[in-house]
Amino acid sequence: MRPLTFRRLLLICSMLAVVLLAVVILALKLGAVPISVTDLVLSLGRVAIGRSDQLPSEYRLIVFELRLPRILLGILVGAALSVSGAGFQALLRNPLADPYVLGVSSGAALGAIASLIASPHIPLLTPVAAFAGAALTIAAVYFLGRREGQLDGGTLLLAGIITASFLSAVIMFLMTTLSGRDLRGMAFWLMGDLSTPLAPGLLWIFVVVLGVAAGAIYTTAADLNLLLTGESEAMHLGVHVTRVKLVVYLAASILTGMAVSVSGAIGYVGLLVPHVMRLLFGSDYRVLIPTAALGGAIVIVLADTLARTIVPPTELPVGAMTAMAGAPVFIYLLRRRLQ
Amino acid sequence: MSSGRTVTALPGALHSEGEGVRRGPGEVRLSVEQASYAYSVGERRAPLFTLEATSFQARQREVVAILGPNASGKSTLLRLISGAIQPLSGRVQLDGFETSQLEPRTRAQRIAVVQQESPLLFPARAWEYVLQGRHPYGRTLRFETPEDVAIVENALAQVGAGELRDRWMDRVSGGEKQRVILARALAQQPLLLLLDEPTLHLDIGAQVELLQRLRRLAEENRYTAIVVTHELNLAAEFADQVVLLHRGKCLRVGPPAAVYSRELLEQVFEAPLEVGTGPAGRPRVNIRGERTETAG
Repeated sequence: MRPLTFRRLLLICSMLAVVLLAVVILALKLGAVPISVTDLVLSLGRVAIGRSDQLPSEYRLIVFELRLPRILLGILVGAALSVSGAGFQALLRNPLADPYVLGVSSGAALGAIASLIASPHIPLLTPVAAFAGAALTIAAVYFLGRREGQLDGGTLLLAGIITASFLSAVIMFLMTTLSGRDLRGMAFWLMGDLSTPLAPGLLWIFVVVLGVAAGAIYTTAADLNLLLTGESEAMHLGVHVTRVKLVVYLAASILTGMAVSVSGAIGYVGLLVPHVMRLLFGSDYRVLIPTAALGGAIVIVLADTLARTIVPPTELPVGAMTAMAGAPVFIYLLRRRLQ
Repeated sequence: MSSGRTVTALPGALHSEGEGVRRGPGEVRLSVEQASYAYSVGERRAPLFTLEATSFQARQREVVAILGPNASGKSTLLRLISGAIQPLSGRVQLDGFETSQLEPRTRAQRIAVVQQESPLLFPARAWEYVLQGRHPYGRTLRFETPEDVAIVENALAQVGAGELRDRWMDRVSGGEKQRVILARALAQQPLLLLLDEPTLHLDIGAQVELLQRLRRLAEENRYTAIVVTHELNLAAEFADQVVLLHRGKCLRVGPPAAVYSRELLEQVFEAPLEVGTGPAGRPRVNIRGERTETAG
């Protein structure tokens, strides 16, 4: 009998943070222009002591203006998608729930596209519209996925997958009829891609939003453990079920909307990462939420590095990498559940 | 009040009343007064099922059986008592508090419910499962204290499941699982223990074992236990009071001997029955066979 202690949680998280750091260094190093690790460490050291002006200019351009912002974006998006995936899994009591599989990402993408069509110049409208799209989609899937008033695992997944394919079709329709406008490529919205850099101001807003929304989900971590055993059991064990569900529903929708508005619909991260973390560290949500955030960051940065370097000089969308890894895992989990 | 209640589930720390006093009159703990409920699809539609006004009282250390055939309103009455639903009319009070008005956390510190089992989505060990019973005592994100661990160990020991502690919940037998679920309810250190068909998937040995244990726990820890069942003989053997329900109506409340009459039970259960007396003086129900054997 080993109940969770704060020390163990801290140990696990620092381990993952070290892995993330290693992955970040790897991602800075690899690319069309390879950079040696020594140079990297030296230049990072120079920036740290405030002497970035001494750096060779091409290093500064590649490392600090091209690769680093993209890595930071990957960390944000990966953490947001994984935490929202873990949240949806508890909310819907379905281990296969994931923002992409359930169509939530497509809903967010549709919201973002609609806002870009309607008024492309209002700065924060796109993420807000993406959040609205995500929230509406998950509500629709929730009600479509019920049978005789009860959430039914199979029906829910079917409802989500059908919703996703319907929304993707609407997105393609919009993109085709409005091809004259600058809306980024179809692949961006349907597959996800980290190549569009984020304005620095927006980056900080997103860091704060990620912290608040993921933190809100984390405050319900102990309740989510019980919610997974069933709503009525959770209620009898002292969980304020409606309040917890509302918090997770809103926060997970915000996280999905935020991620999709800046990177498109990157699939399967929200499914893949929480499952790997459960296998490694157990299914306690007090561990799962922070490890999923770190793990999501690691997976996305790795996947994006692969996408950038696997067939140079072409860059694949990062969503293609995550789907190639994630879809087989989904099938495996589905098969195992049916047995 | 929590500090005073913390000790009640720990043996040896029981309030020492006279050893000879097996069951004093005790104060009324649960009081159900004319409570009714109706399920319906919409506000203006006729109700699908109605539980008519029901009244009974239960004292501490008492085991009450809610008895009736399927669809008689047993589970509805249990949900009313648990505070999960609010009565349409009448009141359900635990120590003077309306159960449906309590905050979920407060309610979970006073009422523990053992439901028919629900499947686990992710594997859990028995101790993790029992530890869930400490949830109403923790603050947001609190980590379990050594005291919680001691209470969990104790709860497992009280149901005779100490050796199951590190086993996975999906690798134990039905009877073992039922004991772990009961241990989780004990870890809540409740005043009122509600059990919904706890003997449903158990063989006769495990059924008797569970109910004997429940009797003993109610005695030692001063719980009031309410058990929903359709097992006539188990209720007769272990309950102090029986609440007999039939099609949403409470037909009779009282000790088994007063409730069990042949005409009444035959009408409720729609089967030819005969009521005798068991060795302990409690009623015993048998099926009245079509062919009566006369051989000696």
